[in-house]
Amino acid sequence: MNELSVKNLIGIKQLNLEDINLIFETADNFKEVINRPIKKVPSLRDVTIANLFFENSTRTKLSFELAQKRLSADIINFSASQSSVKKGETLIDTVNNILSMKVDIIVLRHPNAGAPMMLSDKISASIINAGDGAHEHPTQALLDSYSIREKLGEVKNKNILIVGDIRHSRVALSNIYALQLQGANVMVCGPKTLIPKYLHKLGVKVEYNLEKALKWCDVINMLRLQNERMSNSFFPSIREYVKHYGLTMSHLDSLDHDILVMHPGPINRGVEISTNVADSKYSIILDQVENGVAIRMAVIYLLAKKNIYKIQ
Amino acid sequence: MKKSILLNSQELKITIDRLVCQLVENHKNFSNTILVGLQPRGKYLCEKILKILKSDYNIENPNHGLLDITFYRDDFRRSKKILKPSKTNFDLLVENRNVIFIDDVLFTGRSVRAALTAIESFGRPKSIELLILIDRRFSRELPIQPDYKGIQVDVYENQKVLIEWDDSINGNHAYIILTQDNE
Repeated sequence: MNELSVKNLIGIKQLNLEDINLIFETADNFKEVINRPIKKVPSLRDVTIANLFFENSTRTKLSFELAQKRLSADIINFSASQSSVKKGETLIDTVNNILSMKVDIIVLRHPNAGAPMMLSDKISASIINAGDGAHEHPTQALLDSYSIREKLGEVKNKNILIVGDIRHSRVALSNIYALQLQGANVMVCGPKTLIPKYLHKLGVKVEYNLEKALKWCDVINMLRLQNERMSNSFFPSIREYVKHYGLTMSHLDSLDHDILVMHPGPINRGVEISTNVADSKYSIILDQVENGVAIRMAVIYLLAKKNIYKIQ
Repeated sequence: MKKSILLNSQELKITIDRLVCQLVENHKNFSNTILVGLQPRGKYLCEKILKILKSDYNIENPNHGLLDITFYRDDFRRSKKILKPSKTNFDLLVENRNVIFIDDVLFTGRSVRAALTAIESFGRPKSIELLILIDRRFSRELPIQPDYKGIQVDVYENQKVLIEWDDSINGNHAYIILTQDNE
């Protein structure tokens, strides 16, 4: 297959296995490109991309921006804190104004789940979801799977453990969809209050004891506590959370096999992951960041390719 | 679909031998030269040339690489044509080196144009030459001509010139086939 089955990347749920494989194959080529002395290709020199970030972001925004620049696209950046959104403009009005400037692709991060989906019905530009509320963060899940594939050869039949604040995490949901699509076994682990009640219906194993879960897994993906999305108190104290769910070197030393340690960032050292683990040989956190650029280049390239035009 | 053989395997061997001979004449021991096979089809010819350089001229493993030009094409988003990238295998710098692009068929010249842009990612070469096995004369869309060419053919636009490399039969077996789609 040479083309994605979708026009927008709203979530992993809308993708099929062939799409994921095509994105990975294309990312392989872009990974080689970003390791050249001159890390740029001219493919998207006639494409304009708007990065609309209605929520704070460092890594994702930088990664998208770098990916777009490496593909030679023209980019405009927008962040809600410095815009007319503060003056009462709706999302559709904001986007329509930006589209009048002849934008081909929109990268959208929004605090409300479903915002990219709602927008995709109303506009002709392709939309890439860069995180919508606690719903999906597809490019993060793609780069996570890509990193696992790179280190372990394949994702199929691997045991992947996701630990932490599953309830508020869009990374967790996208990862579950992506990993299952590729035939991996997925387990989540965390305090009962931070694991959604019906999660097992997705075919995911649930374990509340980190030590037990660690013995099962080949890869552990540590998630951060999403304090900005927590309206209630979900656990007694950070100290207690760290005691039960913080990953330390002694955990890894006690295992009879090596595991890969992943984290989508930003990491809170000393909370979900200790400094020793984050900087250890088991950690592939910085590989994930590098792969993020290649994956985002692949997604943008493949979506842009679908938009064929003729100069009249 | 009509197929006709332009060069049989013996003629092909003679042609490639001659091309290698010309390369050696100009590049001596290849110390400042880099052979670049243009993906996907230039790879096979590049491999053949490397083999002959080693067996006939004792030039072992000269600098070489494979370059994919998909991301540098000028028809991206302009047609439904399948643009599947191949692997670029190129860990060299071309700064101040003599580069030789190697491809099997020269048609419109647009792939070579893309390769001229692509190679800039690896530095500024001293010179770039083009080696082509089959030159489709009169079909050029850009002012690009080969420095070394196997044979020249005159074919209609709706005809294809293909080279089938197949080393599995009789050690070395290759066809050049002319196909006419609307026959």
